[in-house]
Amino acid sequence: MKTRILNLIKIALKAIVLNKMRTLLTMLGIIIGVASVIAMLAIGEGSKKSIKDEISKMGSNMINIRPGADMRGGVRMGGSEMQSLKLEDYEALKEKATLLSYVTPQVNGSGQSINGANNWPTSIYGVSPEYLDIKIWELSEGSMFTSAEVKSAAKVAVVGKTVVENLFPNGEDPIGKMIRFNSIPFKIIGVLEEKGESNFGQDQDDIIIAPYTTVQKRILAIDYIQSIVASAVSEEEAEAAVDEITTILREQHHIGSNDDDDFNVFSMDELISTFSSTSEMLTVLLVAIASISLLIGGIGIMNIMYVSVKERTREIGLRMAVGAKGTDILLQFLIEAVLISVTGGIIGVLLGFGATLFIQGVLGWPTIITPYSVIISFAVCAITGIFFGWYPARKAAVLDPISALRYE
Amino acid sequence: MGKTIIEINDLKRDFRMGEEVVHALKGVSLDIHEGEFVTIMGSSGSGKSTMLNILGCLDNPTSGSYLIDGVPVAQLNKNELATIRNEKIGFIFQSYNLLPRTTAIENVELPLIYNSKISPEERHRRSSEALKMVGLEDRMDHTPAQLSGGQQQRVAIARSLVNDPVIILADEATGNLDTRTSYEIMALFQELNRKGKTIAFVTHEPDIAAFSSRTIILKDGHVIKDEMNTNVNDAARELAALPKEDEE
Ligand SMILES: Nc1ncnc2c1ncn2[C@@H]1O[C@H](COP(=O)(O)OP(=O)(O)O)[C@@H](O)[C@H]1O
Ligand SMILES: [Mg+2]
Repeated sequence: MKTRILNLIKIALKAIVLNKMRTLLTMLGIIIGVASVIAMLAIGEGSKKSIKDEISKMGSNMINIRPGADMRGGVRMGGSEMQSLKLEDYEALKEKATLLSYVTPQVNGSGQSINGANNWPTSIYGVSPEYLDIKIWELSEGSMFTSAEVKSAAKVAVVGKTVVENLFPNGEDPIGKMIRFNSIPFKIIGVLEEKGESNFGQDQDDIIIAPYTTVQKRILAIDYIQSIVASAVSEEEAEAAVDEITTILREQHHIGSNDDDDFNVFSMDELISTFSSTSEMLTVLLVAIASISLLIGGIGIMNIMYVSVKERTREIGLRMAVGAKGTDILLQFLIEAVLISVTGGIIGVLLGFGATLFIQGVLGWPTIITPYSVIISFAVCAITGIFFGWYPARKAAVLDPISALRYE
Repeated sequence: MGKTIIEINDLKRDFRMGEEVVHALKGVSLDIHEGEFVTIMGSSGSGKSTMLNILGCLDNPTSGSYLIDGVPVAQLNKNELATIRNEKIGFIFQSYNLLPRTTAIENVELPLIYNSKISPEERHRRSSEALKMVGLEDRMDHTPAQLSGGQQQRVAIARSLVNDPVIILADEATGNLDTRTSYEIMALFQELNRKGKTIAFVTHEPDIAAFSSRTIILKDGHVIKDEMNTNVNDAARELAALPKEDEE
């Protein structure tokens, strides 16, 4: 049995070698299909991982509370247009919640920041001093404003690197300097440590942080808050903290037991799974597209195998005349088809690795090649070969030796 | 006389062509014994190839019995027939039927590839021996395109010998060759026959038939004559008597 298969593999190999060019062209579909499956999965996995890392870097204990009904599914209301979160809510949480280590209200606006002749469009975040603890952000210079400064609505600000660079292009020390945001003067008391671009392509250093009271009164002229940001005592307690916040806020808002929340609480875990499922969907889509080219590759193999069987009808007749059984002929052509598809698969995997390295190196996208993507591509190739090789091989195997020998 | 290699009795073969039925063989009975060199003759369409295909286990008779080397084959299935062909029969065709772009030795090895009892070393040894027997020991690595018609047919003969068959069946093996080359091939057959090979040979040329020891003549699917040749021509001597090649 072993020698028999070995002999048939030799025969199939010989046929492939004798038709190098044709075989290579036939493989092309498989090669491109496999290479794109590998690269697509690597991109999908890479972005999923980096989103996860990114989110947990933002503080995996972090909990966001926004006004409005459930935003997942259905129409999302612009959070800032709703006014259902009040400072009293923040105070209630600060007072009653046992599972939260820090809480801050948050209001934000965008506008023009100006220092003399330099101006720069940016965003201002009105928060309490705990904001830095929640975000796990550090200062590279100066200090954060204090609770007292919040209480007095002091016009002080902590700024990000990008803002510093644009307002102080000559490299002066910004600490103690006065800048204006939407014509309101602010004294810079601290500079945030540089964080670079987030994976969502956002410049995290393009920010001004100021007491929420100041931003509420001077910039936005509102008395409600746009969101509350908190951090749970631990990552494990995050879900329990979400429940606790929900209970406190429902009570605070006098929501009846049958009514829906008029706010939204979500932990980082939920955010991670939301993003993961989005990127998973994207991966599925990419792989589906890549699979189509694999399918086309398979059809290419089937086509070439039909041609091969037809061309070699006399050879098949002769092989049968000297003692080849139907199964010998079937296996010979099946092995040929599988060899073509699997060789195409190997080349495709290598090409996929190359493409992945290229994408990572040149485009700078995060990528991860998972072993299962390689194994699956391989299995798919072998199955493609068997599936699309079967009918032509079967056709060869049932030929009548006498008419095959007479075939012109 | 040696043992009976082929024993057929009232062999019939009908071909159904839509409504019409062609009776290619209408009840043929004959025996072929070990060591015989039999020619089967007859005009075109008389049933020679049909009979040879049945003898070669490439085809099943419609009715009648057939024993090869004592094995009744009329009722065997396709795979069993393949094994009989592989182990007991050597087939030679008019158009050589060598695998293109494949060396002489690889062509000769072909039947043994389908016999997993034979190791690659044994296969190679037997194939080069067979090629030596047909005088092509220095052409082993040549492909058919690099060989003349006569040499190609010699490779085919080596291939038919390599499995040490009980009978060699040749269908118009000299049909594509000129007189001189035909005689060379016949000399080879005679030599193989002298070494004990049983041969059944289809031809419609009487001068070729004269090299064999027995002639069977078919007509319309019947055997109309079956007799021993009283004076067998020696192909090697006839070859020597042919006019020189450059005068042809
Ligand atoms: N596969 C077939 N289908 C139909 N008729 C056939 C087939 N093979 C042979 N025949 C018929 O059987 C008869 C004998 O053919 P064949 O044995 O090839 O003759 P020969 O070899 O003596 O020239 C012919 O009439 C031929 O047309
Ligand atoms: Mg014929």
